[in-house]
Amino acid sequence: MSKRVIVDPITRIEGHLRAEVIVGDDGVVQDAFVSSTLWRGLEVIAKGRDPRNIPLMMQRICGVCTYSHYLKSTMAVEDALGITIPYNAELVRTLMNAALFMHDHVVHFYHLHGVDWVDIVSALSADERKASELAFKYCDNPIGTGENELKLVKEKIAKFAKNPQGLGPFANAYWGHKTFKFTPEQNLIALSHYLKALEVQRTLAQLMAIFGGKQPHPQSLVVGGVTCVMDILNPARMGEYLVKFQGIADFINNAYYPDIVMAAEMYKTEPSVMKPMGVKNFMAHQDFMVGRGEYLFNSGIIMNGDLSKLLEIDEDMITEEATHSWYKNDKALHPYNGETEPNYTGFVDGETVGPDGEMVKTKQIDESKKYSWIKSPRYNGEPMEVGPLASILVGYVSGNTKVTAVVDGFLAKTGIPTAALFSTLGRTAGRMLQAKLIADNALIAFSNLIENLKVDQETCATYIIDKDKEYKGRGIGDVPRGMLSHWIRIKNGVVENYQAVVPSTWNAGPMDSKGAKGPYEADLIGLKIQDLTQPLEIIRIIHSYDPCIACAVHVMDTKGNKLSEYKVDPLYGECSI
Amino acid sequence: MKDSNLFDKLSFRLEELSNLPKIDDGVSISTLIEEKGFSRREFMGWAAAMTSMLMLPASFTPLVAKAAEMADRLPLVWLHMAECTGCSESLLRSSSPTIDSLIFDYISLEYHETLMAAAGWQAEQNLEHAMEKYKGKYILMVEGGIPQGESDFYLTVGAHGKTGEQHAKDAAQNAAAVFAIGTCSSFGGVQAAAPNPTNAQPLSKITDKPVINVPGCPPSESNIVGTLLHFILYGTLPALDIYNRPKWAYGLRIHDACERRGRFDAGEFVQQFGDEGAKKGYCLYKVGCKGPYTFNNCSKQKFNQGTSWPIQAGHGCMGCSEPDFWDTMGTVHEPLANRLYHTTFGGLGSDATADKIGLGLLSVTAVAIAAHAAISVVKKPKV
Repeated sequence: MSKRVIVDPITRIEGHLRAEVIVGDDGVVQDAFVSSTLWRGLEVIAKGRDPRNIPLMMQRICGVCTYSHYLKSTMAVEDALGITIPYNAELVRTLMNAALFMHDHVVHFYHLHGVDWVDIVSALSADERKASELAFKYCDNPIGTGENELKLVKEKIAKFAKNPQGLGPFANAYWGHKTFKFTPEQNLIALSHYLKALEVQRTLAQLMAIFGGKQPHPQSLVVGGVTCVMDILNPARMGEYLVKFQGIADFINNAYYPDIVMAAEMYKTEPSVMKPMGVKNFMAHQDFMVGRGEYLFNSGIIMNGDLSKLLEIDEDMITEEATHSWYKNDKALHPYNGETEPNYTGFVDGETVGPDGEMVKTKQIDESKKYSWIKSPRYNGEPMEVGPLASILVGYVSGNTKVTAVVDGFLAKTGIPTAALFSTLGRTAGRMLQAKLIADNALIAFSNLIENLKVDQETCATYIIDKDKEYKGRGIGDVPRGMLSHWIRIKNGVVENYQAVVPSTWNAGPMDSKGAKGPYEADLIGLKIQDLTQPLEIIRIIHSYDPCIACAVHVMDTKGNKLSEYKVDPLYGECSI
Repeated sequence: MKDSNLFDKLSFRLEELSNLPKIDDGVSISTLIEEKGFSRREFMGWAAAMTSMLMLPASFTPLVAKAAEMADRLPLVWLHMAECTGCSESLLRSSSPTIDSLIFDYISLEYHETLMAAAGWQAEQNLEHAMEKYKGKYILMVEGGIPQGESDFYLTVGAHGKTGEQHAKDAAQNAAAVFAIGTCSSFGGVQAAAPNPTNAQPLSKITDKPVINVPGCPPSESNIVGTLLHFILYGTLPALDIYNRPKWAYGLRIHDACERRGRFDAGEFVQQFGDEGAKKGYCLYKVGCKGPYTFNNCSKQKFNQGTSWPIQAGHGCMGCSEPDFWDTMGTVHEPLANRLYHTTFGGLGSDATADKIGLGLLSVTAVAIAAHAAISVVKKPKV
């Protein structure tokens, strides 16, 4: 008889996420549902505010991709007001973006996704000399894999492992699970990089802070450009960026890249990792300007995994609907016209597989009705996967030579076919390839900035907001988790309507009115789970998308919200913004 | 209290703590410091910096060092409510030398959804286990605002669909100390901005236990670690301001220690972003800096190992460690003094009495600043 398994909370992500799967006697997932369990209502809050305040407010959608929403929200206001920002500002934004992408991808692979691939306990039985030699198989100049270094790593973890109380954040995980495929030596190499990456992420945060003032939540973008003019005119500051960047690029090429090559070698026969994706439609948007008219990322749509055809994006075809989301209006609407009125219907009582395998009474979602705070975005009625893999595939099909260089190099090195990219492994590899693309090419923007500063020191355009005019605009592009768009309408000088269509919404959304599933849910179906009490296969697939759930449940439209239904402090009633 | 009395008191407190069992008998923090490649001298240097940050006399440095070494007696539970994970990210950044992070590596982090390897039932078990085993002994840090009362369903965690509000209440009940990390947990934050559609509340409105607020969006990791050290040293609440923020961190007005303060006094202002004044590092007051109304140590501590802070990057302070700053600080790129007070400080805030006092003080300050700004510009028309 089929059983229901709940994984809640899904940890090592941003936000609050729950997965429920129905599993047959053979351990194979027959159906899957993913639910976000937090709503913050920023959409309602944005309404009526000064548009200049919105980018900093939208930045607070997420502290992990801390720059993405800041940037796209600023671009949305600029698009609405018809502002062209100075070239210097474009390039500085790109340099900050480079810091964000590399930060996000490194932290995601090592600290969030890493222990889905790496069995830390197994590393304890590694032979450090063998491991040190093995590292050269995957890379000519490996980092952090000298015999002595590995010995220290092992000793450190051995001490940690001796005392069960000392395991702290590593306690009670899935060590020894059958789907872990690395040898002890490979686990030790990756573990050394896990620790190294903790240092690297600090440097990456500094890289952002050089032009951003701080990280998380940098504070140097304004509508019209950037404010960090003193930093870019200071050669020592520019040098600081350059040197730090090069150190990071070294880590990406000589630790992150070889680790993924190693994962490809060992996991390419593991069915739970190589299972073909459920949704093979990909969408990505042009972004990452490194020079005039020169971008690292391309725009386009790939349908049904057909790499021979690239379709153009028509923004009017983007809709969001709420058939299975906790909102009132179920209709599929374009972001400019969206409606969002909360309608929480909650959980029902049920019996699901408990921590020791026995059935226990729990709450469960009612999938015939509404079950998530995330909406279902569709393009021309179809679900789409967005993210680094989508961007890499679209770039590849576009014939972007910078992209084809990294992809072909990786396929040659690993010997896996292109079709193997349509898998959990492919998604995880795509993220690394995007980090490499940036590590190898983002300094083009740096050189262009230096060149341009010789003749032009403009960093910010001026503008006015005419209170008698109505404006609408959007900021759209690819951020570390995929295609992100912010949509704004301005009237009487304040925000009339605001909506963001976020990468994790595309990927994590529930079923639509036709019963078609989004990428997360579709990917889980057909997955074989070894041990129902240790659902590592489920969280590995979900982590491969790099979920950002506070992002997914965020800002939608403001129309038609009957706030009187909520307890609103009367003090706030008279607040005019 | 005289310094010598305080010194004796703190020494006694540390003596008491050192008699408590360690979480991990295998390692002491001093050996860990050596393993991480820090010399004793560097560690003492860090302790001296922390001592001055905590506003203690320099002679207390050995006590602060000892307090850091006592951190291994404290299990830590970190809960995520309605939040963006920015505060957790800040925690990962750490100062140089990386002793801040060392403490966090070293403290037994029993539950932290972003960092922990376990998920689902196993994660839930870790939380229950920690709350049971370390009853009355663990430190609770909470990130995020909390949908409360009839709106509590806006956040649930776990297979049983337990609300965030209930989680926070339960975890606070048996904690040795409770810290609200970040502006959301301290004051409600962005989701509590008007009209607060989910009825998000600060942690202090959810539990009866005393809550120390460590606001900021996000707060610097030094302020998080300093708060913890302070607790280890004193075992009691630190001196707090009217918003329950530790005075050692939030007693300083951004404006007073600002690197651009000389420009303000000289009447040299950036008139719009990107102008000649911006290139020269003039004061950002006229393009909306809220430094004069904001209490935090950013201008001294900066962020990311002292790399920068918003004002250095040419953007004004947005007032992110003040209660309800999204509603009370006006337009981000306009000076507050240009706006009417009844709209910007219109009786908002969690504590009406405190607000009225704050309103009065801030109005006087703001008017004085506006007058000063105007006068100095007239007096010295510099470009």
